[in-house]
Parts: sequence; C-alpha cells; structure tokens
Amino acid sequence: MEESADNPKIDRRKFLVTGIRATIVAGIGGVAVLTARKTLAGQTVWQLDPAKCIQCGRCATSCVLAQSAVRCTHVYAMCGYCDLCGGYFKPETKTLTTGAENQLCPTNAIRRKFVEDPFFEYTIDEPLCIGCGKCVKGCGAFGNGSLQLQVRQNICVHCNECSIARNCPADAFNRVPASKPYLFKGFEQGNTKDKNREDRG
Amino acid sequence: MKKRIALLLMTILLTVQFLDVQAVQRFPKPEFESGYVQPETLQPSPRAELLAVMDLVVLAAALAFITWLVLKKRSRMGVFWTSLFSLAYFGFYREGCICSIGAIQNVTLALFDSSYVIPLTVIGFFILPLVSTLFFGRTFCAGVCPFGAMQDLVAFKPQRMGVRLNAVLGLIPYLYLGLAVLYAATGTDFVICRYDPFVGIFRFDASLGMFLFAGILLISGIFIARPYCRFLCPYGVLLNWMSRFSWRHLTITPAGCIQCRLCENSCPYDAIDMPVTEKNPEERPVTLRKLILISLLVPLFALFGGFTGSQLHETLAGVNGKVQLARTLLDTAALAVKPEPFEITAYKSSGKPASQVFAEATEVLRQFYTGGWILGCFVGLVFGIILARRLIISYNADYTPNKGRCFSCARCVDYCPVTPLPKEERI
Repeated sequence: MEESADNPKIDRRKFLVTGIRATIVAGIGGVAVLTARKTLAGQTVWQLDPAKCIQCGRCATSCVLAQSAVRCTHVYAMCGYCDLCGGYFKPETKTLTTGAENQLCPTNAIRRKFVEDPFFEYTIDEPLCIGCGKCVKGCGAFGNGSLQLQVRQNICVHCNECSIARNCPADAFNRVPASKPYLFKGFEQGNTKDKNREDRG
Repeated sequence: MKKRIALLLMTILLTVQFLDVQAVQRFPKPEFESGYVQPETLQPSPRAELLAVMDLVVLAAALAFITWLVLKKRSRMGVFWTSLFSLAYFGFYREGCICSIGAIQNVTLALFDSSYVIPLTVIGFFILPLVSTLFFGRTFCAGVCPFGAMQDLVAFKPQRMGVRLNAVLGLIPYLYLGLAVLYAATGTDFVICRYDPFVGIFRFDASLGMFLFAGILLISGIFIARPYCRFLCPYGVLLNWMSRFSWRHLTITPAGCIQCRLCENSCPYDAIDMPVTEKNPEERPVTLRKLILISLLVPLFALFGGFTGSQLHETLAGVNGKVQLARTLLDTAALAVKPEPFEITAYKSSGKPASQVFAEATEVLRQFYTGGWILGCFVGLVFGIILARRLIISYNADYTPNKGRCFSCARCVDYCPVTPLPKEERI
C-alpha cells in the first residue's frame, strides 16, 4: 500500500490494463478451446462429390487457376471399354473414328486406344483437361459413369474459400480431411491406388 | 403371418434390387483375353502435411524475431529485411492461404457450425499474432503479414491524411469485420477471401477485377501508406484492440523525449500522438456535460445501428445460396427461363422437397435478422465511440506512438536523436 501511495494514479491505470489483458488472454484461450474441440491435426482439402455433380461446366471457369484444378478422372474399374463411348464421341457421331469432328472433348484430352475387339481403352491426358465435364456428362448419360470430375490435389492451391465451391450450383464441394481427398461415385475407393501414399506407407 | 411373409419378401426383393444397382453396370467390365492390364486410377496427394506445421513454426519464429528487432534492437533495417522474407515466404511461396486475416472466418465458422472441422494450423494462424500483439504491440503488421509487407514497400511518398479523414475511413474495417463474421457465421461466404486483393498477385494469376483492386491499392499506397491495413483490414481491428492493452510497445525514443519534433513527420501512417499539454484543464461542468452527452449518444447510435441492420437483413441474406434457391423456386417467371438455371437443375436432381428448401431459407433469414441486429449495434457502437473520442481531450506530454494504430514499423526510431541510457541506468 505504502509503496504505491506516492503515485496511485499510474498504478490504478496499470492495474486496469493488466486486468483487461488477463481477460483478453482468457477470452482468446476460450476461443482456442472452443474451436480446438473440433480440430483436426492435419489439413483440410476441397473435395468434389461426383454424386452431387451435375456437370454444369463451372469448374472449368471458376477456379482461381487459369487452368482449373478440377480434372476428369477415369475410374478404370468402372469402365465398360465401349467402342461407342458416350464420353468420347459426340451423340450424333456416325463413324467411330478419332477424327476431331467426332470428339466431345473440346481440348482433345481423351486418348482412345484399341485393346481387343470390341474394346477400347480411354485415358485422360490430364495436362490438356480443363475440367469442363462434357465427357463426364456423356459417360454418365450413355455409359457406366466411369469418368468423374475430381479436384486434383497436387494442382489445387487449397484456397481458404474455393471459388469453384462458391459457384457450384449443386453444393458438391466440401472441405474434407487431407487423408481422404478423393471420392468416387458408385465405386469403392480401395481398388484405386495412390502411389505417393503407398510410398509413405 | 401373411403380413410377415409379405414383409420378408419385400425385404429380399429390395435387397436384391439394391445389390443389382451396386454390382451390375450398364456395360459390364469385359473379360480381356489379350492380357490387357487395367491401369490404376491415380490419386495424387495434396501438399505434405508437415509443410503446414512448418508454416506455423516459421510464423512463430518470424513473430519472435521481429518483436526482438522492434523492441530490443530498434532496427528499421531489420524490420525491412524481415518483411521482405515474409513477403517471399508467406506471400509468394505459400501463395497467400491460409492467412491470419482469412482465419477470422474459419474460426467464426468453427464456433457457429458444429459440422465444420477446423485444422489446427488455422487456429494457430489466428491466435499467435493476437497473443503476440497483446504483449508486444502490432509487430505482426510490421513485417510478418505479407499484405503489410507488400504495401510497406511501395509507401514512397506518404501524405498526411488529417485526423477526421483517418477517423471516417477507419470505420470501414469495423464494418468489414462485422460483415465477414456475419457471413461466415451463417455459412454464406468468406467475403475476406472473396475480396482479397493480393492473393492473385502472390499466385501471378489474378482475375481482372482482383488485379485492378490490387493495382489501385498499391498505386494509391504510394501516397496513402498501407491503405488496406488502415482502411480495410478486418484483422487489424482485432490487433488494434489487442495492442491498446499491450504489455510492451515500441517507443519512439530509447530514453526520454526531449520534444525536438524531429519524429513529428516520420510516421507514414499518422500514428504518432502529438503532445497535448493543456495548461488550463477543462472546467468540471464542461466535462460533465460531455459525459452526459456521450452516455446518451453512444447507446442511441448502437440502437439505431441495430435497428438499421435488422431492417436490412433480407438484403444481406440475398447472397446466401439457400435463400437464393428458395426465391427462385417462388418466382414463376424465373422458373420459366430457358435454358434452365444450373441451380434449378441441381435442385431437381437432388430430390430435395421444396418445403425443406423453404424451411432452410427461413432459418437462414432468422439468423440474418439476429445477426443484422448484432452487426448494426456493433457498427453503431463503434461509430458512437469514435465520435465520443473526438470530444475527450487526452493529455499527453510527449511524442508517443498511438498504441492502437501503430504498426511498429520502427521508422520513427531512426529520427530520434536521443542516445539510449547506459545499461545500469535503465529501468
């Protein structure tokens, strides 16, 4: 008491400020505890749910990247290896050749390769794919739906707010734990492999 | 008994049907005879998680280092080089996300939406700068935030803005923070990220609008130093509050102020409080009148703001997807538009009943009504307090940095001619 008596005004102020600081620390701690209850040790990534996707084509244009991080992914285990592929050919195509006029893909990103009669293998040339979803729509309408749009996690820059998610009319984008970044429709994920993850064990 | 058999049959039938859907595809997978090996569907991994932890470590280290530079070394050059590093690391290398400013929204969403899971690093990015500011002032702004670092670099010819203009423009961040929290809490949008001017520059991939916004900020930033930090940044509002109660803060002079006025024009951010030494303090009746005026006006502003906010809730909710969908469904003219909007197509394919859409939209509107009141009260309160501050004269003998507004950039330090006291005389 006697020590503070010579300058009580400053001490009162100091006391007040210290009190407020302590309150704020408690407040921040409270927020930390409240949020940390539902926290995740790892990161979250954006995931496209193909079951909700309606192939509107906005993935191709809404991404912050000039070439969208959403690309067409081929789930080979679901493919029927059709000669008349609904994802490869335009609906009115008469001769099933790889001519540009027959192709549905606007960027020539699907490769068609003969396997054995009457089956053809289709692969996506990913650097060319713009994620427009035209082939996905065709495959879903006339085929097995083995072509599906997916966020390619190695290309995605992981914006805090995905600008495609904001524009998605079907609400198909979700934040998911980075440990399970891919989701395919009508197919168990176990059969596909992630080479990087395997390496890591 | 009959009922039971019927039920059993139905179950079996349904199961068979369900299995059919799962197993049989339109075109079954062929049995290859040529020895064709089916390729694997590649699923490339995201950025390694360890790097995210490293970001947090770098953030903590940069905060500690710059705080030491500002408070102990008092080195402007050190702050400058640290800000260059932060711009390179948090800006260009990490490409902006996640940043402390945007983390406000993640934390808000985590508090309001129980289904949202927030990564630990995001909590770290939100809380570390706040705590450091609470103890050492806004050293985060000085040279850890890439936004601040970028604008600090272009502040070549800063002009004085005047107290009034500063106060009026200084209101914008409060409004921005309020809106960002409202939209994040209702799960509508992350507006801070949406109108983020610099992330496009960090990624060399800006849209035209973003590029123009960044260009305007950087060019005007030559004359109005750090326009985003001072007149937009919502995180700056929180840091401002923290810094006011900071335990230690940058001082202009290392020892005692000698009123030489050399630092008077050194601050590009108008954040130095000039000495106010009134010989004759205000009379008691005058201060009493002011006190009554303030205690009447401030609640009035808050109430008025809250009412305005609540009246605007339908407009504010207009950008919410659920509300938009419900409005389109109610509007027969909009439904007749061909080609059908994608939102309607998606709604139809989801098989959601219309009643559920309306119920969800009503719930969102209710949230916006409450949120509108809170947002309005908050902005009104801030407006009232800023006005009230103009009525109160605070006496101050020396040139001191304004703890709320000072970014701790340490420019003023170089102007002070006072030599530091020898170690044994320091308190």
